[in-house]
Parts: sequence; structure tokens; C-alpha cells
Amino acid sequence: MTADRLDVPGLGVSADTEWEIVVGLEVHAELATQTKLFSASSNRFGGEPNTHIDSVSLGLPGSLPVVNQKAVELAIRVGLALNCTVGPSVFARKNYFYPDMPKGYQISQYDQPINTNGWLELPGGKRIGIERAHLEEDTGKTTHIGGSGRIHEAGYSLVDYNRAGVPLIEIVGRPELRSAQEARQYVAELRAILVAVRASDGKMEEGSLRVDCNVSVRPMGSEALGTRCEIKNVNSLRSMGRAIDYEARRQIELLMSGELVAQQTRHWNEDDGCTHALRSKEEDYDYRYFPEPDLLPLDPDPEWVEEIRQRLPALPRDRRLELAKAAPSVDVDHIALVVERSMDTLTLVAIDEGGAPERVMTHVVHNLAEGSGELTAGALAEMVQMEEAGELTATQAKKVLSTLVDGGGSPRQVAQTLGFEAIQSSELASIVDGLIAQYSDEWSRYCAGETKLTGFFVGQVMKATQGRADGKVVTQLLHSRLEP
Amino acid sequence: MIQPFGTATDIAAAVRSGQISASFVVDQHLGQIAQLEDEICAFNIVTVEQARSRANEIDAQIAAGEDPGPLAGVPVALKDNLCTRGIPTTCSSRILEGWKPPYDATVVELLHQAGAVIIGKTNMDEFAMGSSTENSAFRPTRNPHNLSRVPGGSSGGSAAAVAAGFTPIALGSDTGGSIRQPAALCGVVGVKPTYGRVSRYGLVAFASSLDQIGPFTKTVADAALVTDVIARPDGRDSTSISEPAQSTARVLHEGVAGLRVGVVAELCGEGIDSDVAARLQEAVAALEEAGAQIGQASVPAAIYGLSAYYLIAPAEASSNLARYDGVRYGLRVAANSSPAMNIATRSAGFGEEVKRRIMLGTYALSAGYYDAYYGKAQKVRTLIIQDFAQAWEEFDLLLSPTSPTTAFLLGERTADPMAMYMSDVCTVPVNLTGQTAMSVPYGCGDDGLPVGVQIMAPALGEPVMFRAAAVLEASL
Repeated sequence: MTADRLDVPGLGVSADTEWEIVVGLEVHAELATQTKLFSASSNRFGGEPNTHIDSVSLGLPGSLPVVNQKAVELAIRVGLALNCTVGPSVFARKNYFYPDMPKGYQISQYDQPINTNGWLELPGGKRIGIERAHLEEDTGKTTHIGGSGRIHEAGYSLVDYNRAGVPLIEIVGRPELRSAQEARQYVAELRAILVAVRASDGKMEEGSLRVDCNVSVRPMGSEALGTRCEIKNVNSLRSMGRAIDYEARRQIELLMSGELVAQQTRHWNEDDGCTHALRSKEEDYDYRYFPEPDLLPLDPDPEWVEEIRQRLPALPRDRRLELAKAAPSVDVDHIALVVERSMDTLTLVAIDEGGAPERVMTHVVHNLAEGSGELTAGALAEMVQMEEAGELTATQAKKVLSTLVDGGGSPRQVAQTLGFEAIQSSELASIVDGLIAQYSDEWSRYCAGETKLTGFFVGQVMKATQGRADGKVVTQLLHSRLEP
Repeated sequence: MIQPFGTATDIAAAVRSGQISASFVVDQHLGQIAQLEDEICAFNIVTVEQARSRANEIDAQIAAGEDPGPLAGVPVALKDNLCTRGIPTTCSSRILEGWKPPYDATVVELLHQAGAVIIGKTNMDEFAMGSSTENSAFRPTRNPHNLSRVPGGSSGGSAAAVAAGFTPIALGSDTGGSIRQPAALCGVVGVKPTYGRVSRYGLVAFASSLDQIGPFTKTVADAALVTDVIARPDGRDSTSISEPAQSTARVLHEGVAGLRVGVVAELCGEGIDSDVAARLQEAVAALEEAGAQIGQASVPAAIYGLSAYYLIAPAEASSNLARYDGVRYGLRVAANSSPAMNIATRSAGFGEEVKRRIMLGTYALSAGYYDAYYGKAQKVRTLIIQDFAQAWEEFDLLLSPTSPTTAFLLGERTADPMAMYMSDVCTVPVNLTGQTAMSVPYGCGDDGLPVGVQIMAPALGEPVMFRAAAVLEASL
């Protein structure tokens, strides 16, 4: 992000100045390959320390990197899904010392990244520019023991190289987000895209998706960008939102009191809810980037790129549109949720096979949060139909559904096994009449207009039928027994 | 000087036909080492036990009627920057103390498959940075022709080992002349193959875009034999050329009749000793005699080669040597924190020349200086490539001296890095272009020390280059 900076605080700033938050995100996602970016070591999360390693992961003298073609393909998929231009690229060395950087440099891409100039559309329709999405290798992990947990004060440090060399794609967004809310939408959408194209599992909690936030503020209407700070260590969408809001407020307060915002890298602390300065621009590393001489430039064959484009799975945005078309009266958040859970295909087929859209969606949103298990779309459709026909109550349907998720099968059989056969209306009528006779006092009061007694009678019917009756039908029966 | 035993070609033939045993060959060479190594100091380690047991294996193969390969029973010495499984690989540096690679370099595997017997690891300038082998952290190697002289460098141990009759074959690495210059100074044949022709997998990197492995031998035929064994595509090195190599041994005796040979004006002028220049003229005459068309070639940008080289090579080295941080292998000097340990280890583990080049390279890549130094050096590199490309339109081969002088005295240039760097003035351009070149012994200087002639060919021009080398050798 190079732009003019607002270096003159106080200029046009007054107590009632309205501020605009400007956010640009750098997202690192681990690519879901079998092996590492430059070697045959396993790319699997976890494992005993230093078990997924080899001479390349350890940077042993004489070892050489060889590019994992699958990682290149996944990077291209991401690029295409983000509407980027996919072109020739060059690996570069980013030089700095750290114990978990086995070679003393990270192989990344610098001035010629594989994907450039794309965009991502937020659910509301706003497009956020993507500057680049490039390939690079991950570092290992260092744990500093003793002292403050920082490298200079630790008693000793333990290094695990399992993660060293895991393929990453770094997606650099333009500073076009205007609130923490937009930033959260952006990351959620990006994650949905990464998962949809099967490039990454997108798990923020396991660190396979990591976000650095560049935050600045400026008076509303100003064209120039303010001085930015980069916030590291946000480990969930929620903490990202909090960190951005905190940081924006901190910068506004500085500017309002006539101070400058210093360009810094800052660390988000989840516990105190504040960002803390890590290093200033002057203390920043000089990475001494230069082209990686051990690797040839990547020049993906345009035919191959086209082939990848053709095979690209449907993207979340299109899937949301399709689902919204099939279930038009359903809340947009629920539509987004179902797509995010990758349950839109199940939902669409169930609707297509005759399940009422609203009821299908209700079940998918509320009762299938843990996944659909053995449930088929046909079974879901059939169950919803039974429910619509009054053959199953809402409570019964929920139980049938969870049985179908666990073991599959047909809803009708499951309902039978669970003893959920619908009560014949004649049987229900005689139960209602019996209860009217038994509770004559309550019945008189009900007839006199004490409608809250509806609940009492429905409860008694449920008790008598062990919950097999449909509350709505019982209410109707009670109504029909009233004196005309 | 001392050539007590046969060539690699003769030894392999004798071993394959059962005339002599590999064990006999190995013992013979170990005997020569025992006799002279104390004076010459060519080796960092002589792998006596492994060599003997490997020789027994070869003999067992012969006894069983199997063919161990084209280098059956031939001893080979390896520059100590080539990884050997379970055998220390030091780069003649303190910083790698105690490290034993868990794998063999590709060239080591290929030599093994061809039936060769590794007899030891040779001394070198630390991390291949130097032109005299005086920058070894252990001890300098001496020139077998005159013990007061350097063997050249950085592969001085390998060159001296072949010259002293310790082994018929040694491998070295050539980043700016580190095979050809010591070959010239020790009076042996030395080849720098085309960049990418020999896999760099398992070669401890100095400057990745310039490094290339090649052989030292007593004869041109031996050099062709070894080149054919090690010049193979390798999927473990991304810069490896994927097409199979053309044989050099097969075309060795096709002569030079009709070949257009150019003498590079820019590499034959100022700074070249007159006796060296005289030998070059004799070599030119010999080629002409054999039917080559001789002409004057011009590669104007070549004079900037040394300047570009001493920015590009240190820049890459500063990055390649960043991994020696005391964390995973080699030397570790204890300190209060991990960054302090890092600094203490590197301060103690690297020698002066290595530190000088790391600092030079770090500076050349720094923000604000990149364009002026590293960037400009890369542009010069492009110009040199273009100038050579033009020369190749007129010539099949180019000639120059290998080294401006014969072997100099130990200590003569150690105090003056620039004087030392000038040793590489003729050899460096070819590393920048990626072309192939070799040094062939061609008589002696006024001091009685060997002189080498450099033959240069376009990329993948090894076969035609070897033809000229064979003609020169035969003309002596």
C-alpha cells in the first residue's frame, strides 16, 4: 500500500470531525496439498514436533527446492476465483534471521507474483480490490521458554519445523474496507471461496488462515490515506473486529489530541483488548529481496490455466444466488450460512424433490449445524412433506431428523420405529372430549373467554398422547367444541 | 610431475577385465597419499576404511561376473563441499564442524553407480571463496609442482590431489573459475560444464546461479569419461537441464578441422604474463595446424565480468550462508539468547574472507543500494551474455589463458584481496553466461610451473570443446 499519507494532524480536524476507517487486509492461507511447497514432506497439521521434515524443510546444506505443482494449481484456482490475472511469476528470497526460518530466508514472490489485480465481492455487492495473491513457504514454530516469552529474554527456545515449507498463499487486499464489519465480511467471504475451490481448509483456529490488518483513519471525505499501522495476532473474526475498532479509536484519539500516528507494526492482545507497538517503520527488517536462483520462473501454460478455470467449482456468491432463487422468502443470513456450511446442494435437491423451501431451510439452519451425516436430500424432502401433512409434529420431526443423520434410512420407517405414527383424528377427538369432561371447571372458564387455558388443554393432550399430537390440530379441535 | 599410476580410463579397463583388482588400485593410491600428503595437504579427510571396503565390493562384483561400470575401481576425491552420507562435509569451515550429511550429492551417487571408489574429501578455500586454498579454516594446500606455491583455488585440494597422483579423478566446483584456475596452476585438466548440465543437488551452495560441479583429471579422455558420467538431468535440481547430455568421449578424436576458433582480445591483453601469453599463442598455432580457422574475437563487456561477479556472487552467498545460525547443525557458540548465540556462532565460525563477502553481498542487496549494485551487476551480466552470443555467431570455440599467471607464492596475495580477485579475470565471464569452459595444461612458464589454456564453448558445447582439448593435448 503506497499512498500519500495524512501527515498533518489538526489540519481541518475539529471536535466534530467525522472519521473514516480504512482497512486493508493481508490474508495468509495454507494450501491443502499433500506435501510441502518445495519438498516431499507431509503437509499435515500437528504431529509430534519435527516429524514432518526432510533436508529441505531443515535447510540442510546442499538441499534444493523443487516446486510442488499441486500448490501452483491451487494458487491459480484461488487467483481465478478472485478474478485475478494469472501470469508468469518469479520466486524471490526474503532474507531475515529467525530460529524457525531454517534457511535464513523465506522463499516468497515479490515483484512478479502469480496472481494480480483481482476483486472480491462482499455479500452486499461491494467489490474490494485484490492487489495480488502470491505463493510462499511457511516458517516453523518457535516456543520461547522462560522470561517474557520473547526471543531476547527466553531461557531457551524450542523449534518445531513441521510447518516449515508448508505452502501458503498470501492474498493482499486493497485498502478499500471501511469498517470492522466489512473486514469481517471480507474474511468470511474469502474463507468461503478458499474452501469452495478446495484450496484451503480455512481454519483460523488452527492457524491455516491468518490475517494481518492494515488500519488507518482519515477525516470523512478526505482522499489521502492516513498513516497506517499493521495489526498482527488476530486469531478469529471476532478478535479481528475488536482489534480494528480499538486501533481506529486509538488513532482517532491521537489525531484529535494533535499527535501523529506513527507507522508501526502492532500486536493485538486478546486479554486486555488493546494493540501494542511491536516495532516502528525504522526498525522494520530490510528483507533484501532478490530473485531465487535455485528456482526457475513459473510460467503456467495458458491452456492449463484455462483448464483449471473450466474445472473451478461454483463459487459461494453464485451458490447463494441459486439458493435464494429456490428459497425466495428465506433470510439472506441463513442462505449465506447454508452455503458456508456447504449444505446448499443438499438443500436445493431436497427442495427440488418436493420439500417446502422454508421448512427445508429451517431444518438445515437449526438442526444440521453438526453436519448432515447419513441424511439424504430425498429423505429430507420426504420428512418435510410428512411434516406439512401433519403426520409429524415439529418435535417429532427433529427426532426423526437426528436419527436419519446418525443412521440414514427412510423417514417413514424411522417415524414408525420411534412410535411417531400420527394419531387418527377420531382418536384425538375422543381424547379431547374426555379431557373436557374431566376438567369441566377449566372448560367453563375457557368457554367464558379465558384463552390462556388453551395451553393447559394442549398440555394435557400431549401428556395423554406422549407428545404424539400436533398442537395446532388440538387447538382447532378445542375451538370446534366451543358453544356457537 | 608425479604420474605413477594409470589414467582413469586405463584403471577402469584393467579392473573390468580382471587384470588388476580395485583393492590393489586403492592401496596403491593410499600409499601415495601416505607418502606425500603431509607436505601437500590436499585432503580434509582420507576415507581409508570406506575406500577399502568399497574396493572389495567392486572386486566381488567382478568375481561374480558383473560389470561395476565405466569407472570400475577408479579412486575419486571429492571437494569438501559435496555432501557425502555419514562422512563429514566441512567446506573447510569451522562453522560446519561435526556435521555429517544424511545424504549423498547426486554426483556422488552417479560416481558410485559407475563403480568409482571415493577415497577422501579435499581441502578448499572456505565455502569456495578464494583463489589459492589459503582461505581454508584448517590449513593451506601446497602446489605439488613446487611446495612454496599455491595450488590455486578454490578447489585447490582436488587439483593438487590429481597432480600429486593421489587419485586419477577429483571433483571440484566452479563459481568463478574454481576448477579451471587451480587446474591450470597444478597442470591438470579441469572442466566447468554448462550451468545446469551437472546437478547441484548436494553441492553446498556458494552462489547458486554460478556454481557448477566438474572434474579434474590427468588427461582429456579421463575428463570426458567423468563428464559423461555426471552430466545427467536431475529432478532434484530445478535448474538442471532436462535433455540428456551428448557424449563427449565418443567424439573426442574427431579433430578440429574446419572449426572456427576465436582468441578473445579482451582476455589476452593487459595483466597477462608474457610466458602465459606465449603458451596461448603456441596452442593457437597447434589448433591451426590441426585445421582450425583462427580469428580474433571480441567480447567487449567481458572486462566488466570481474566487477559484476564480485557483486552477484557475494549477494547470493550472503543469503546462502544465512542458514549457518547454530540452531540445527554445525558449530554453536553458547550465549544468553538465541539472537546472541546466532551472532557469536557466526562470528567464531566464519573466516575473514567469508565475512568480507557476506558483508559485501548484504550491502549490495540493501534497500537503496540494490539498483546501484546488484541490479546493475545483473544488467552487466546480460550485456556479457549478449556479447558472447554475438561472438558465437562467428566462432565455434573461444580461447584465452586460464590464469594470468602461473602459481604464485603462498602468502603473496593474502594481504591484497584485489590482487587475489584478479586471478579470476579470465574465468569469471563464463560463469556469468552459464557457458561451458575447460582448462588444458599447455607447457610451462619461465618459472617451470604449469600454464593452462582456457577453451570456451557455447552452452551445451561440451562435445566440440573436448575435441579441441584432445587436439591440444596431443600436440604437446
